[in-house]
Amino acid sequence: MTLDNITQNFKDFGNKNLQIAEQSFHSFSKLGFPTPKNEEWKYTDVSSFVNLDFNWDSASTLTKAQIEAIFIKGLEANNLVFVNGKFKQEFSQILSPSSEVFIQSLDEAVNQNIDLINNYFAKEIDYQNNAFSALNVAFASNGLFIHVPKNTYVQLPIVVYFINDSRTEQVFSQPHNIYVAQEGAEVSISEIFVSEGSQPAFSNHITEISLDRNAKVQYNKVQIETGENYHVGTTQVRQLKDSIFTGTTVTLGGKIVRNNLNILLDDQHCEGNMNGLYLLDNESHVDNHTVADHAKPNSVSNELYKGILSGHSTGVFNGKIFVRQDAQKTQAYQSNKNILLSDTASMNTKPQLEIWADDVKCSHGATSGQLDEQALFYLRARGIGEATAKAMLVMAFAKDVVEKIQLEPLRHHLMDLIETKLQQS
Amino acid sequence: MLKIDNLHANIGEKEILKGLNLEVKAGEVHAIMGPNGAGKSTLSSVLAGRSDYDVTAGTVDFRGKNLLDLSPEDRAREGVFMAFQYPIEIPGVSTTNFLKTAVNEVRKYKGQEPLDAISFLNMMKEKMKLVQIDQALLSRSLNEGFSGGEKKRNEVFQMAMLDPKLAILDETDSGLDIDALRIVANGVNSLKSKDNAFIVVTHYQRLLDYIIPDYVHVLFNGRIVKSGTKELALELEEKGYDWIKEEVALG
Repeated sequence: MTLDNITQNFKDFGNKNLQIAEQSFHSFSKLGFPTPKNEEWKYTDVSSFVNLDFNWDSASTLTKAQIEAIFIKGLEANNLVFVNGKFKQEFSQILSPSSEVFIQSLDEAVNQNIDLINNYFAKEIDYQNNAFSALNVAFASNGLFIHVPKNTYVQLPIVVYFINDSRTEQVFSQPHNIYVAQEGAEVSISEIFVSEGSQPAFSNHITEISLDRNAKVQYNKVQIETGENYHVGTTQVRQLKDSIFTGTTVTLGGKIVRNNLNILLDDQHCEGNMNGLYLLDNESHVDNHTVADHAKPNSVSNELYKGILSGHSTGVFNGKIFVRQDAQKTQAYQSNKNILLSDTASMNTKPQLEIWADDVKCSHGATSGQLDEQALFYLRARGIGEATAKAMLVMAFAKDVVEKIQLEPLRHHLMDLIETKLQQS
Repeated sequence: MLKIDNLHANIGEKEILKGLNLEVKAGEVHAIMGPNGAGKSTLSSVLAGRSDYDVTAGTVDFRGKNLLDLSPEDRAREGVFMAFQYPIEIPGVSTTNFLKTAVNEVRKYKGQEPLDAISFLNMMKEKMKLVQIDQALLSRSLNEGFSGGEKKRNEVFQMAMLDPKLAILDETDSGLDIDALRIVANGVNSLKSKDNAFIVVTHYQRLLDYIIPDYVHVLFNGRIVKSGTKELALELEEKGYDWIKEEVALG
């Protein structure tokens, strides 16, 4: 993707209805794609895929039956489907009544509810400094707008499938989602990234989540793409008073993946939870950057990220905690634990705490090591073969994070995928 | 059943076992006693197949097979069981799930069909009575947060489930109060038969009040320097180990 090519595409596909798009495009033109000289991208080199010749408007021949085969078994949910970055009404099933939740594609919402969209769109997104965010915002027309009204509990979970179909050509998709939970609302939203096909596919993804007072949002981001998949995603969360956000990011595939999860705790007595699991093999590279930004007093953030790396895979964890001067009595906890199953896998982990308030409780810890030899021997001494024993220990390590997901069928599906993947590696 | 001949083993550069001989027959209980640092735990570890130790000389024959050639899991599948002095805590793996996997891997090795869920549960219930272990404990993560006594009871429970030919109790009495000791010993005694054998490794005599040995051996400086019957254990209890050391020094 050259700048000329992107500029031409902006003329064709840029979002003309959002003023911010033009600004954002200029910002992108100025920034260009980041290189490892940029501190934020030190360990993640995007040059190998951003220069590929992607189709920005790729068609797909996936049928309804093929799509339904991708759905998580036994999970009764509002299933929303994107193929190659575009919302597919015909494959989606909205079961919840519109009184519980309002769901619309982003372009429809821009046409029909522009004032509402303007309240939320790209409010906290740093398109001035982050080239991928700038690129997404400039083009944002595909995505979802999910709005949960005041004091409403959405009984059925919402599951959004982002499918890249690269069976015939190289796919580029740029969804931009806005999820709003109004005062006292409660909702569970999962984003599941899946791929079909062996050609390169690149998702440049943004999700913005807004929690009003007392709202509760469970958010899961599950990446189970295979093969030549590239993903850069930002999930931007803003929390108001007494709200609870729990985000769980599970990455089981992808060639180069960068996930940014940024939580702004913008009021008192918020609880922000971030959990992550990445299981990497072969040459895959997964980079999780998180931010817990405590702007106001008396809020709590908890973070647990776990990684299992084999083959020649590389992992990055960068966890920032900001405690602003106002944010007295903040509690912020962070932990990153990694198991390296091969000598050729590597992990870069960096906690980054910036604390301006003086009355806070913060802790962080990071470990990277081999499987516990003592535990392995104990299992083997009971007749359990080495491969099975290793798998049991790794599964137990992973389960800790998977169990944070409240949707049981999704948990089972993930544990099955993890087990299969461990048997292959 | 077990014949150890001239066993030498090192940890790093240091030689710990220096020509150990021991023969154990089916139906027998052997106690191995000795002062700290004599090599008791090394012997247990070498028999179980811990890789921190290098065997530099000697042979260990177990029911016609060279035990030292086998992986730890194959030793277990052949019928060797070591009750750990310090059982490992494994978060996220329940005792039930762990044992189901273990029992079925052993069965597979012997060419038997895996146990179905109901047969396995019935077997668990039967064996739980032996060591008075609670169902709730078995649903929890393996040994995690267990008391010392609960861990040792869990070891004997695992022994009951796996039904080994040769069980090695590595300082099973350490950290146990008298009630727990009695429960563990009762478990062991009820598992004793003419077809299996026990090696009880212990520093103190008190376990041998409950598990009566046929033979008592004194391990000192990497070798068995004295063998006798259960009276020898009482003598050691009374006189300590110094007189053994002196005897050895005198040659």
